[in-house]
Amino acid sequence: MNQPSDSIANTDRRDFLKISLGLALSSTGSISMMSLASAEASGTLNAYVNINADGSVTIYGPNPEVGQGVNTSLPMIVAEELDAKWEDVQCEAAPVQQQYGMQFAGGSLSIPMRWDEMRKMGATAREMLCRAAATQWNVPRDELTTADSMIWHGPSGKSAHYKDLVAAASLISVPDEADVRLKAPADYRLLGKRISNASAEGIATGKPIFGIDAKVDGMVYASFVKCPSIGGIAKSANLEAVRALPGVIDAFILDGTPGPYNFDIRKSHAIQSGVAIVGKDTWSTFKAREALKVDWDLSAASQDDSDVIEAEALAALAAGRVEAEIERAGDVEAAFANAAMTADSTYSTDFVSHAQLEPQGVLVSAATSAVEVWTSSQTPVFITSNLAKLLDVTPGNITVHQLRGGGGFGRRLSNEYIFEAALISRRVGAPVKLQWKREDDMAFDYFRAPTYYRLQGAVTDDGQLVGWKNLVAAASADGENANYGASYRPYDFPGKVIPNVAVEQSFVKSQTPTGAWRAPISNVYAFAVQSFIAELAHKAGQDHRDFLLNAIGDKGWIKEGDMASLNTARARATIEAVTKAAGWGRKLPEGHGLGLAFFLSHSGHIAEVAEVSVNGKNITVHDVWVAADVGQVVNLSGLENQLQGSVVDGLSTMAAQRISIKNGAVVQSNYDSYPLLRMPQSPRVHVDVLNSGYRPTGAGEPALPPLAPAVCNAVFDACGERIRALPISNEGFTIV
Amino acid sequence: MTTITINGKDHSFNGIDPAMPLLWALRDHAGVQGVKYGCGVGQCGACTVWLDGFAVRSCQLTVGALEGRVVTTVEGLATATLHPVQQAWIDHDVAQCGYCQAGQIMSAAALLERNPSPTDDEIDAAMAGNLCRCGTYVRIKSAIKAASGAMTASALFYNAMEAEELSA
Repeated sequence: MNQPSDSIANTDRRDFLKISLGLALSSTGSISMMSLASAEASGTLNAYVNINADGSVTIYGPNPEVGQGVNTSLPMIVAEELDAKWEDVQCEAAPVQQQYGMQFAGGSLSIPMRWDEMRKMGATAREMLCRAAATQWNVPRDELTTADSMIWHGPSGKSAHYKDLVAAASLISVPDEADVRLKAPADYRLLGKRISNASAEGIATGKPIFGIDAKVDGMVYASFVKCPSIGGIAKSANLEAVRALPGVIDAFILDGTPGPYNFDIRKSHAIQSGVAIVGKDTWSTFKAREALKVDWDLSAASQDDSDVIEAEALAALAAGRVEAEIERAGDVEAAFANAAMTADSTYSTDFVSHAQLEPQGVLVSAATSAVEVWTSSQTPVFITSNLAKLLDVTPGNITVHQLRGGGGFGRRLSNEYIFEAALISRRVGAPVKLQWKREDDMAFDYFRAPTYYRLQGAVTDDGQLVGWKNLVAAASADGENANYGASYRPYDFPGKVIPNVAVEQSFVKSQTPTGAWRAPISNVYAFAVQSFIAELAHKAGQDHRDFLLNAIGDKGWIKEGDMASLNTARARATIEAVTKAAGWGRKLPEGHGLGLAFFLSHSGHIAEVAEVSVNGKNITVHDVWVAADVGQVVNLSGLENQLQGSVVDGLSTMAAQRISIKNGAVVQSNYDSYPLLRMPQSPRVHVDVLNSGYRPTGAGEPALPPLAPAVCNAVFDACGERIRALPISNEGFTIV
Repeated sequence: MTTITINGKDHSFNGIDPAMPLLWALRDHAGVQGVKYGCGVGQCGACTVWLDGFAVRSCQLTVGALEGRVVTTVEGLATATLHPVQQAWIDHDVAQCGYCQAGQIMSAAALLERNPSPTDDEIDAAMAGNLCRCGTYVRIKSAIKAASGAMTASALFYNAMEAEELSA
């Protein structure tokens, strides 16, 4: 909880947004000043909009694309205000430059942090085109209308395509922000529609658009072998023998940086020690690893054992060992003393890996002082400053290219593989394509932290949930501060809606690196809280839906104007919509059960219902209904895709994904021992998007947390067995 | 030296380890990068290509054993127009990150080439070897059904044309 102030680990989502916007502002003075009119006529109207001679419009997406769809949705926002003809829009990844502000993909923040900026960029460009037309035709600006990349003057019947006006428009001084009008949502032509991913054809035809596809003349290939026990140091290796292998160009030890390896994505350029093998192609470097023998110094290596971590955590919870207080409201002791009913349950979750399909890899040219990087990083904005320090070059000499990432989920927030490649490139004096094997990716992840919750609830004789206790056992490298993702931050539910609340923490030692995994903390917290609410409802003899609605109450917006805070009206609307869609209360086939969960994370109010059937220990998830309120819809197809995918990903993770640690090393190595859900296990998913009209917020994360508790609540409904551990394979269950 | 027909053109691999998986021979030595590395152990299906028309895992085949064989990758699937499976993938906006989709498309197209009207269970069985961490299975299934409809309709059309010609 008391991490260094410059660590992102200590920065919660809302602060992160402020920082993000702050940087965007400070880099240019003001966002709208980014639309600098040029001295020479051109097709460029601002940093995001270029109108080409053939009439096509290039719109630059500033943030990394890792499957969340922002290189379609962000340009759509610009195109809407620009009134560009979408069929003629080309979405391109923006270069990594200070003028584009916070170029990162995390926290489901791309849409909310860029919403105003993107609209202003489109509207300002449109205003400049209109002013150029007004001057050229000598007509009042207010008589002009725009659509489909065209401007019309009704009274005279004149019209022109943007391409014929852009040269004149590019010379006009940038309009004052006050003179640039943004559309009312009722006038949107593009936003809210289903638009296919801008890269859909490139993907379907195999175009080389991913990080792994980057190539440059003269490049060599590299593999980097680290100590299986985190933090072990390469003392010596049979380098001569490895160098003599076919296809191998060089092999050498890279000194690492001492651990522990905190998830400090802004400031850190730390790497672990290891042996680099450089070769003429990927396979030569992989094959040479089989002959490599390394003598590791394990004196500083992690000795973690995940079974010990779990046992210590559960013992701490059972003993009620409190080492830090996080949140307290009301008189918890009195609430429990006066309760008609109390319940006390412990929930546990294991380490999990990101397991994105594209293993980490990068192309770096660092042979000279002019450094170039081709990467699918989620944080390109943090690469330049760290590489400059690592390589002792001036930041201005570093060029970073954004390429499509084969999945992110938080894994690509940290850039250590880029630093590895940079050091290897510098050493061999050539551009280096570093490719992590899948086994490297699984062994050296920043995992989702294991977290353990002891939850206690107090219910009055008229069925009101009035008391709440939560003791969180968190993995901690120093025994005093929770590792990233193992901590707890005050949530509005139940903390701000139940009158008597105490959240406390204890720590369990762990050296295993942890980081941001899709919907950090929420992904495990939702499982515990929303399962326990169902337990309380059952014990109180109430319908779960009614009990949940009653617990959420009707306080309205907990923090008015703060999108990230609970709005009980939005919460109720999603719960009511999803239970209606799923037929809550209907008679179910024999062996079937329905389960409900609601969760607010990343500003998204999401409710889900799962229908399952249970046969012994085999669970089939037949259908999942989702009701989502993420405010104004940008790309409906992209949003629905994220909701569907989050359900499948949530089920995949809860089913059997577990990273275990022995002697500081990861036991699992590939998808055979760390299974992802396959199509036959995948449920039907029905999504209902509530277009509430609030400011738009992100959709990459918030639909994942409610899935696990919805399924576990459905299993209880079907067979009466309460699952309190993830993955559920730990309790003998299988998703079939 | 090993010569393989890749997307209709002969390609000779010289001076490389015959034990190199086809995946890496395609990516690093033949300039064919639609095929993707996901696991290297035949678990994920991102490297799926066709060998003599059958969907296979290119990470599990050694290049030296493929003399004279015919390999088709996602780059070679389209003819004058996109393959109906590719078109359905675009129309149904299947992809999120898209990394697994070349492999998904090759598995789906192989299925439909042999079985133009598969049942849900047949789709599940044919696609079970292709992982998607983004969880796009719902849309993959819809796209396969749409492509199935397009391919069935087109087959009916050409059959009818053929019958017309024969009877004329």
